[in-house]
Amino acid sequence: MTAPPESQSQSHWFLLGMRGIFSLPAIILMLSFVGFAAFTAEAKVPVEQVMFMTGMVWALPAKVILVGSMLSGAHIATAFLAVTLSSVRMMPMVAALIPEIRDRRTPTWLLLIVSHFVAITAWVFAMEKVRDVPRGGRVAFFAGFGVTLTLTNIVLVGLVYGAVSEFPPIVSGCLFFLTPVYFLTSIWISARHRVIYWALGIGLALGTIFAVVAPEYDILLAGVVGGTAAWWGERALRRREAAR
Amino acid sequence: MSFDGLWPYIYIAIAGWLATDLWRWAGVVAGNRIDERSEVLNWVRAVATALVAAVIAKLIVFPTGTLEASPLWLRLGAVAFGGLCFFIGGRFRQIAGIAAAIAFLAAGLALLGV
Repeated sequence: MTAPPESQSQSHWFLLGMRGIFSLPAIILMLSFVGFAAFTAEAKVPVEQVMFMTGMVWALPAKVILVGSMLSGAHIATAFLAVTLSSVRMMPMVAALIPEIRDRRTPTWLLLIVSHFVAITAWVFAMEKVRDVPRGGRVAFFAGFGVTLTLTNIVLVGLVYGAVSEFPPIVSGCLFFLTPVYFLTSIWISARHRVIYWALGIGLALGTIFAVVAPEYDILLAGVVGGTAAWWGERALRRREAAR
Repeated sequence: MSFDGLWPYIYIAIAGWLATDLWRWAGVVAGNRIDERSEVLNWVRAVATALVAAVIAKLIVFPTGTLEASPLWLRLGAVAFGGLCFFIGGRFRQIAGIAAAIAFLAAGLALLGV
């Protein structure tokens, strides 16, 4: 090969990221979006608006809350507050991803654009795969995956919207359940550090507890309290092991 | 609310897009300051994982739509059975775990007539 490795690699890694559309996580997310299309069709939200919010908001839980607010006729400020509370989790997710993908020369404006494509699926996929990509190609790899995944799902929602309102309940139930089961297996597989297992276990338990005792802030509380407890406990054990 | 005209798009842009991307931008700013090998990043990773875990727990324990009518033990049983197949699944553990959980759930829903 005669092309200089740097100029060749950016499009190469972008294309390799695009190929992630044929991966298990991408397919599961697409099935979840079929479920979301069914939900919005049932709620009679026009398909153009469903496609618009798929591209603009992207995170699925935030969109479910947004549609719920639109249906209940909530004031725009109330809707903003509900959606923004569910999206606070984007901050630590993006903050954990950025040190993994940037190199010293990556401009911040590029990271700001690329961050739009972070949602749980893309995050889990990237945290798992990006270690196999050389540092210089990681932003391109993530962008290739994220942009393709988002555009594909915008088109998918538009295509299936008219067809999916009449699903048998078993099918829609199983479509819904794919998402949590997939997230569980992916986080377990992609964990490179003991603290991830601890955070997963504590987060599952606290997520359930806080959903009952503090339903408005459950995700946020479970994340901050559970994550801090997992980190603190794991670090204490690590120090004790090191002292031995 | 009405779904006519420009208003729904403004609503989605402000209450949806801005409400979400603000936090992604804040994440970029924060992530840019974190050293890859620092203890702070360890904490951020733990918090992010616990947040996602809480979303997972809510989807399983408090689902919306069809599954709302299904019994909790069926959903927990499906996760447990999926977990079992995951840990003995070897190279194909991810597919095995997911397929087992979904099959368990589908069988249960069919038997219960949900």
